[in-house]
Amino acid sequence: MKLPLQEIAGLAQRLTRPVQFMEVCGTHTMAAYRSGLHQLLPPNVRLLSGPGCPVCVTDPSYIDAAIELAGHPDIIVATFGDLLRVPGSDSSLEQERAAGANVRIVYSPSDALVLARECPSKKVVFLGVGFETTAPTVAWAISQAALDDRKNFFVLCAHKTMPQAMDALLHGQAVKIDGFICPGHVSVITGAQMYRFICERYRIPCVVTGFEPWDILSAIKMLLRQVVEGRAEVENEYSRSVSEAGNPVAQRLMAQVFEPCDVVWRGIGTIPGSGLRIRKEYARFDAAVALDVTFVEARVNPSCLCGTVMRGMATPFDCRLFGRACSPSHPIGPCMVSSEGVCAACFKYEKRAAA
Amino acid sequence: MNRHRILLAHGGGGSLTQELIQRLFVPAFKMSSLDDAAVLAVDRVRLAFTTDSYVVKPYVFPGGDIGRLAVCGTVNDLAVQGAQPLWLSLSFILEEGLPVADLESIVASIATTASEAGVTIVTGDTKVVERGQCEGLYINTAGIGRVAGRRSVSHAGAKPGDVVLINGPIGEHGVAVMSRRAGIEFQTSVVSDSAPVWPLVKAILDLGAEVHTLRDPTRGGVAAALNDIATASGVGIRLEEKALPIGREVRGACDLLGLDPLTIANEGKLLVICRQADAERVLATMKRQPLGRQAVVIGEVMETPKAMVLLRTTIGGERIVDMPTGEDLPRIC
Repeated sequence: MKLPLQEIAGLAQRLTRPVQFMEVCGTHTMAAYRSGLHQLLPPNVRLLSGPGCPVCVTDPSYIDAAIELAGHPDIIVATFGDLLRVPGSDSSLEQERAAGANVRIVYSPSDALVLARECPSKKVVFLGVGFETTAPTVAWAISQAALDDRKNFFVLCAHKTMPQAMDALLHGQAVKIDGFICPGHVSVITGAQMYRFICERYRIPCVVTGFEPWDILSAIKMLLRQVVEGRAEVENEYSRSVSEAGNPVAQRLMAQVFEPCDVVWRGIGTIPGSGLRIRKEYARFDAAVALDVTFVEARVNPSCLCGTVMRGMATPFDCRLFGRACSPSHPIGPCMVSSEGVCAACFKYEKRAAA
Repeated sequence: MNRHRILLAHGGGGSLTQELIQRLFVPAFKMSSLDDAAVLAVDRVRLAFTTDSYVVKPYVFPGGDIGRLAVCGTVNDLAVQGAQPLWLSLSFILEEGLPVADLESIVASIATTASEAGVTIVTGDTKVVERGQCEGLYINTAGIGRVAGRRSVSHAGAKPGDVVLINGPIGEHGVAVMSRRAGIEFQTSVVSDSAPVWPLVKAILDLGAEVHTLRDPTRGGVAAALNDIATASGVGIRLEEKALPIGREVRGACDLLGLDPLTIANEGKLLVICRQADAERVLATMKRQPLGRQAVVIGEVMETPKAMVLLRTTIGGERIVDMPTGEDLPRIC
């Protein structure tokens, strides 16, 4: 058996034009940079990072709303650690916490539910950010809260679904994409068949893969082979975890609690049907409704290229702020904060500043 | 410092801690050396002096407790300066309501660890604060040791061509503590590696080998320690990912929490940087010590790129091992 890198080099020689593949999962982005994979690819094969980091695609007005909530003395904001340092218009949850706001890091939505049980005099607001991987766990927490008739548990919901974003990227045609490396974790829930419409509508190959560097190399090899052979199919490199149909229990839970809605993706704009909002039956747990949250357009640093970077149209090195004004300890855009952000991965593993 | 308040990350041992030290403490106290312990000459004897505070949460964890840590952390800061630890001070800040039984067991653990480390507790202090003002108890220890050899080991001593060794698997202390932290709790058989490293250091120094730098990779892990060394010595360091000793469970826990084992704290590990020609016998000596049985070579020191730590990955790529920023943030998704 040949090593994947040799096979990739062999297939790349048969290409008639350079190709660009996009990964749309933050964990893939991180794994690729962490293993130094980009430097090992032939010059006519490029790997782009797409909008795969849930924190990065969250509209900054959401962060401002969360900060606003955290300022209320009777509210505890419960969040995954990733959101803590993301800058809003004027501050971050981390800075607000240092100034006395009640912000707690939790590791799952059910921890937030436990917190609500333990602090009956406080309203606990969980920040629901994430793709199909996180959404079912939040749906589960909400359904449990309903069973318990919990009155002090809320979710500020900004969940999103990936296939619609991939559709929007291809539809917009702003960047040429010759194949998708599809997210392993998301696909465990949705199933590999979720991407078939991309192959059919746009004639673009998709490969679902895992998170070891070898998985990503295999996916690139499989995509190259499809391109060379003129195929556009969904292939599953990650069959050890991902099935064709996904996880029906998780899918049912999501459908029970959430319904699709249009939602704004930072840097991309509104993508129809790509958001999940809490259904009317569960509206009493929806922080936006029950606590009357208003989202005000946020002020962001106009030089920050996060939005463009997330569409694959620029690399972090194209950004004037990267490695200078913007670094993990003093982040300006979300891509520099999240452990899955492209800029953070680039800064951490590749170079310190643009040449 | 363009922030108005201290963040938790300022205490994380990463770049924000560095910023605090460089911009506030160094100019205010006109400090020159920033090693783990100060080396002070008294008459003709050279003494090493250091202090450290312990706020670990929870205060009992698999493989140890805050008491064991308060001894090991401080004596190891002396040991990596090439000093034999001799005396310790011990100050308690106790929270009103702390069960006396807990304090008794921590004191017993301090006594056992002190005798294991060959140090005497010679002075101390006790304060009690109102309930809620600290979590159970905090401990501060200061330590004095006698610098053993004539040649000093400093973290600015690494030279191009040197070899980097470590005495065993990394990340165990941090993972053991995290496994018991409220909200994360997971089942693991990983226990803290906290142990006094002086016997290992002494064996290495007694060899007479050309050892340029010793370091205990505590907060911020191997990544922070090697970045410090690379910066202070004006060299680059390249690690081999394949050579890094990382246990299966530590790797699994880190994958789950989105953390890099290289940034996880150790409390009984020793990084040794020595001349390449001496590497083999240093390694052999380490392997003969109880704390060094799993010692391995993990990398080398290079001329360039200066002040940087690189890692050759298992697929043959290369990446930066950066100074961690501070408080590690478990990922979402």
